[in-house]
Amino acid sequence: MGALMVIFSLQTKQRRKRTDSVEDELELSAVRHRPEALEQLEAQTRFSRKELQILYRGFKNECPSGVVNEDTFKEIYSQFFPQGDASTYAHFLFNAFDTDHNGSVSFEDFVMGLSILLRGTVQEKLNWAFNLYDINKDGYITKEEMLDIIKSIYDMMGKCTYPILKEETPRQHVEIFFQKMDKNRDGVVTIDEFIDCCQNDENIMRSMQLFENVI
Amino acid sequence: MAAGVATWLPFARAAAVGWLPLAKKTMPKPPVDKKSRNDEILFVNVSGLRFQTWKNTLDRYPDTLLGSSEKEFFYNEDTQEYFFDRDPEMFRHILNFYRTGKLHYPRQECIQAFDEELAFYGIVPDIIGDCCMEEYRDRKKENQERLAEDTEAEMATDTPLPPHSTSRERLWRAFENPHTSTMALVFYYVTGFFIAVSVIANVVETVPCRPPKGSKKDLPCGEKYSLAFFCMDTACVLIFTFEYLMRLFAAPSRCKFMRSVMSVIDVVAIMPYYIGLVMPENEDVSGAFVTLRVFRVFRIFKFSRHSQGLRILGYTLKSCASELGFLLFSLTMAIIIFATVMFYAEKGTKGTNFTSIPASFWYTIVTMTTLGYGDMVPNTIAGKIFGSICSLSGVLVIALPVPVIVSNFSRIYHQNQRADKMRAQQKVRLARIRLAKKGTTNAFLQFKEEVGFQDRDSDSALCLKNRSSFEHQHHHLLHCLEKTTNHEFTDELTFSEMCMTESVGYRTSRSTSISSHQGVSTSCCPRRAKRKAIRLANSTVSVSRGSVQELDTLQVHKTSAGPQSRSSLNARTEDLKLNCEDRDFTAAIISIPTPPANTPDESLPPSPAIPGILRNSRSTSFTHETVKISSL
Repeated sequence: MGALMVIFSLQTKQRRKRTDSVEDELELSAVRHRPEALEQLEAQTRFSRKELQILYRGFKNECPSGVVNEDTFKEIYSQFFPQGDASTYAHFLFNAFDTDHNGSVSFEDFVMGLSILLRGTVQEKLNWAFNLYDINKDGYITKEEMLDIIKSIYDMMGKCTYPILKEETPRQHVEIFFQKMDKNRDGVVTIDEFIDCCQNDENIMRSMQLFENVI
Repeated sequence: MAAGVATWLPFARAAAVGWLPLAKKTMPKPPVDKKSRNDEILFVNVSGLRFQTWKNTLDRYPDTLLGSSEKEFFYNEDTQEYFFDRDPEMFRHILNFYRTGKLHYPRQECIQAFDEELAFYGIVPDIIGDCCMEEYRDRKKENQERLAEDTEAEMATDTPLPPHSTSRERLWRAFENPHTSTMALVFYYVTGFFIAVSVIANVVETVPCRPPKGSKKDLPCGEKYSLAFFCMDTACVLIFTFEYLMRLFAAPSRCKFMRSVMSVIDVVAIMPYYIGLVMPENEDVSGAFVTLRVFRVFRIFKFSRHSQGLRILGYTLKSCASELGFLLFSLTMAIIIFATVMFYAEKGTKGTNFTSIPASFWYTIVTMTTLGYGDMVPNTIAGKIFGSICSLSGVLVIALPVPVIVSNFSRIYHQNQRADKMRAQQKVRLARIRLAKKGTTNAFLQFKEEVGFQDRDSDSALCLKNRSSFEHQHHHLLHCLEKTTNHEFTDELTFSEMCMTESVGYRTSRSTSISSHQGVSTSCCPRRAKRKAIRLANSTVSVSRGSVQELDTLQVHKTSAGPQSRSSLNARTEDLKLNCEDRDFTAAIISIPTPPANTPDESLPPSPAIPGILRNSRSTSFTHETVKISSL
């Protein structure tokens, strides 16, 4: 039943994608997205029933219509980084969460993403990170994509940092990253190179455990 | 922080996994959350009315009574509920605030009672939603004014003078508030009397009196008793001049006083007399002098100091000026149209009064205002037809706007007040948002200072101040970001200091021309300063959740301006690059005591992603902090 509604809303959305943004907004607010049943989500994610309940209550309270669109997403994420500008990074994050690329993050997308990030295996987490960095989702991370990502992360720091943020710092950061990850020096990082390299890095492996108990 | 942020924090923290492969340094340990994560239903008993809500709901606003640990003071062990001895009806609204994030003002409640409840529960009234804010503000203002009036009426006669006030201040006060001292009151009434005398004298001057013996013509009294009138006029003008000079002397700000309306009226009232004194007894010039006497009638406006009503009328007209202006404009249009028509209609008639279009203006005005003096009448049929149309439309044009103006006046008046209120409100909200942001940053910086000195396990968290778990987790998130980028958050002051010191450092360590240095040092900060200016200029924020959306739109503007400023800075990368290495070199020098195997790595910009240097990078971060402390 819930899936039917999702499919229906998706189709209507695709059909009307070409109309004005105003109509889009109106439609979005009129959409009442109901998520799949609790049992199904329990099976698909690694959260317990209680955890899903808590998550959904919070989600539904913030987004009564059941979906988060990109602007709301950016707002929410920006609240955590008052000194800098988190909107670019939030945009990339949004695309990473919006797995079916329909312009909005539903509760299922949200909870699947969280399940990978908090309860997934290292492989899955690395996969997710790769997906985040690969902006055009073509399976390769180019230097330009990495530069965009890193710049957006530095943007979140804002202006008042120590040491003062210099112009070439993101570029240098990208160089370091590519030196480490790009084993065959072909200018792009593939998923295998990425996962291989990260698994050999103790630091990264250790820090993967950090966020287990967030929920 | 705004509503609902607590709900999204776990999501933001989970998303930090995306930074891990990029991090230059190792991530800090997360705070240990000792509380159970299960959500539970809380019972809140308010004077017998039992409310139930999720604990998470209340936790959304940790800086209120119900959201913080303060509610534990009201916990009743026997009944396992929180008991508040307050108004249960009001509590419903308070609880709805937690549930929906919007605070509404119940219209049937007394404003003071509502304010007291808000104060008790630790909720700031500024977050009342837009739907109810106007009503709340109006009622509050009404209430305040009523209270102010009461206290003013009590205190009016008893306000003591501030001690050690100069005679000048006392004089000014006597002028502004005549009721304060007997002398002031006496002076007030004397000036009032003389204004009346002067005005009456001006009027009586022109009345024809019985002619003196031996003459048939009726003379105006002014000329018959010219000496008497002259003496009276002189006396009045002397009093007025004296009063004006005293006010000028006592005024705290002379320029402002001289520009005020009342003082202009005073000057205009007494000037004709002095000009008359100075003027020679010339026949031609005295004609102009006579016209000047007309200005003596302005003395009647001096009454406005004595009458509150006149002042209100003046203010009313001033505030209604646009409406009056529009009325005048439409009237003028109608007059011109009809005058033209009447002129051309009556052109052919012999001996007509409608000699020109301006001459027809008089007819049009008299007809439109339905006065109809009859000194100018149309003779032709066309003229009569248009004349009747003119008088009919006159009724409409004149009579209609008057009630509209009256109602418009009250509407515009209130609207203006509201617009000013809103603008003030926006400014307050903007200031609070800025303050809140700074507060969050400061809280984080403070937290870092406390942690920085003890870079050990998370048990040290016990020694820190009592912070909510939300704050701990948020700080951990910001800490992770710092470690990812290998830059630290600082506050405005330190940043501007650093800009200064860097510019000084450039000048001493470089041998190139000074102008380029100054260019570099100024480019370091104004790029950001420009961003900041854009940020502040675009903000029109309110506090509710919707506010952050606007905050975000302005940040989007900022990033669009970002790329061009970055490209302008690219030209100077060489200068900056060298100095970057300078900095890292100083870090390397201080960390020499550590095992020598690590120094080759130190020469590169620090990158903890290099395998096997976990311990070293941690000590680097420690020494990095030492560097920071010593340089500041």
